Amino acid sequence: MSDANTDRPLLEIKNLEKRFDLDQGFLETLKFKQGKIVRESRSVHAVNNISLEARKGEALCVVGESGCGKSTVARLVAGLLTPSAGEIHYGGQRIDNLSRAGMQPLRKKIQMIFQNPYASLNPRMTIRQALEEPVRHHYPNASAAEVRDKVTEVMLSVGVDPSWAKRYPHEFSGGQRQRIAIARALTVDPEFIIADEPISALDVSIQAQVLNLMLEAKESRGLTYLFITHDLSVVEHFGTRVAVLYLGSVCEVADTRTLFSSPKHPYTRALLSAVPQLKDDRPNHIRLKGEIPTPINLPTGCPFQSRCAFADARCKSEKPKAIHQPDGSMVACHAVEEDRLDAVAAG
Amino acid sequence: MSLLSVRDLTVKFAMRDQTVTALNGISFDLAKGERLGIVGESGAGKSITGFSLMNLLSRPGYIDTGKILFEGEDVVQMNDKRLRNLRGNRMAMIFQDPMVTLNPVLTIGQQMIETLMAHRKLSHEEARQIAIVKLREVYIPSPEERLEQYPHELSGGMRQRIIIAIALLLDPQLIIADEPTTALDVTIQADIMELMLELCQSNQVGLILITHDLGVVSQMTERTLVMYAGRIIEAGRTREIINDPQHPYTQGLINALPQQTLPGQRLKQIPGNMPGLASIPAGCAFNPRCKYATDLCRSRVPEIVHYGEVEVACHEVQRLNSDEDRQEARA
Repeated sequence: MSDANTDRPLLEIKNLEKRFDLDQGFLETLKFKQGKIVRESRSVHAVNNISLEARKGEALCVVGESGCGKSTVARLVAGLLTPSAGEIHYGGQRIDNLSRAGMQPLRKKIQMIFQNPYASLNPRMTIRQALEEPVRHHYPNASAAEVRDKVTEVMLSVGVDPSWAKRYPHEFSGGQRQRIAIARALTVDPEFIIADEPISALDVSIQAQVLNLMLEAKESRGLTYLFITHDLSVVEHFGTRVAVLYLGSVCEVADTRTLFSSPKHPYTRALLSAVPQLKDDRPNHIRLKGEIPTPINLPTGCPFQSRCAFADARCKSEKPKAIHQPDGSMVACHAVEEDRLDAVAAG
Repeated sequence: MSLLSVRDLTVKFAMRDQTVTALNGISFDLAKGERLGIVGESGAGKSITGFSLMNLLSRPGYIDTGKILFEGEDVVQMNDKRLRNLRGNRMAMIFQDPMVTLNPVLTIGQQMIETLMAHRKLSHEEARQIAIVKLREVYIPSPEERLEQYPHELSGGMRQRIIIAIALLLDPQLIIADEPTTALDVTIQADIMELMLELCQSNQVGLILITHDLGVVSQMTERTLVMYAGRIIEAGRTREIINDPQHPYTQGLINALPQQTLPGQRLKQIPGNMPGLASIPAGCAFNPRCKYATDLCRSRVPEIVHYGEVEVACHEVQRLNSDEDRQEARA
């Protein structure tokens, strides 16, 4: 990487949008309105104007509940989906508009780990075949011996016995499979790993094993992570920075420590208070009224206003912009901007 | 007399070439209105325990030996008619996935009214009124309209509330909830847990909460059983177990949680995996993963004994307790 780029974040997401069309065919888009037939298509607004950045060596966590668009963000960055609007830059290069061939060198640098290790490994390939495939693809000139050495080295580093290489995925437990999936991502020496809920399908004791492995890989290989999860205790442990998503928009971005010690956005506060704690034996959480609105018809104004205890007329009409706070966090909330939150709590 | 008393329950699964033991001599009691948590990882036998209590196991699984006394009557010996009277009526079950539990082709009202009329001599209108009252109890807005809706028209949290309402329809003595909030988001999970706690307390309903989440157990239950490879390895008051676990597995499980370690530090992981039912190690099933294991642990299954405030099945619990690491961890 050139020196001129050291100040720039490794990954920059600018005003990213993704809409999925609901109506597939031409006829489905025809609607009868006021005596006329008009074309009108509906779409799911999965990601709305998100801007994020990740610096080298960081673990940027994206948290939120089902349907908030966090997995869509991961897939957009990985190039598995094309954005409807906005830009994604990686290492100073714009990557969202690249062709398949143009994306090739980046696929080696950016690797992805998926949630379900039962689905992400081909059941008809042995572990060796699964692990060798990406190396062969990205290093077509490597000799067979080099490929084998690389695979053995990576297997050792994730704690999978290389003598198991002839086995098939079904012979392994969930935790071992997730290690193999991580090994597969690491075989091509990536710089950047996108992990979409990598531990949520695993048992607690196995979660710890896999998280430790990912932390080790971060230290020893200088990896940068984009870590998608719904589990806040994992975020607190693993993340260096956190972005909280709600209904496809960013509510709050902050350093992990700042976010957990002084959450600002009302949604972040509710989310943190809902995590069941070991030590306190009475649930004491902030109740949110209503339910998450559908991303088909987005509410006007702040996406969270329909469930927010602090919403006023401005929140209902004007979408809040992310504003820098004195402690370095970015919060998109009118109530925080106007300093209404704690005034109400105190009164 | 306790509401439920399980004695030496052993459940086996007859496979083609061998018979495996899924539950091995489980015993526990539940008082009226008491809330009990059963924790453990996949394969520990916690869901099998839940199914057995209602005698819901189907082939190849079967109850081999043991008694399940519910209000003094043995569930294992009940005929089909008695079981029908028991299930849904005196004992109800809540499952993990609300989409699978509700019938997708029947409206909420049909499902609730059907349940009521199957067990009670009620007119359709009376049943409908009870259904509305129960929906209101679980804070479902405009219940009259919900009765006409199909499950797919409702959100996950709403569906789980309706399942709870159905479970409570016939005022059961005991609710068995198998991972009731695992499929839900945290904010909804918190609402559902608060609701379940409130309903159990106000109606004096016993609760058996099966979960892998120690945080949920800590907030919801008074007593906890920890299971490993088909046995109860530690039992006692929830507070004691969370604050001062005795069994190395329970300790490992609690210490493995990210909130028990400083951010960015290595988590304290338990090495290895839970054994499969066909290959449970000799002696204490946890011994290959346990750093305190001795020859005794490798050869003899530990009995569950009183130790301090809890009951624990570990040969080495005394030595363990004088271990320096532990003294330090507690300080």
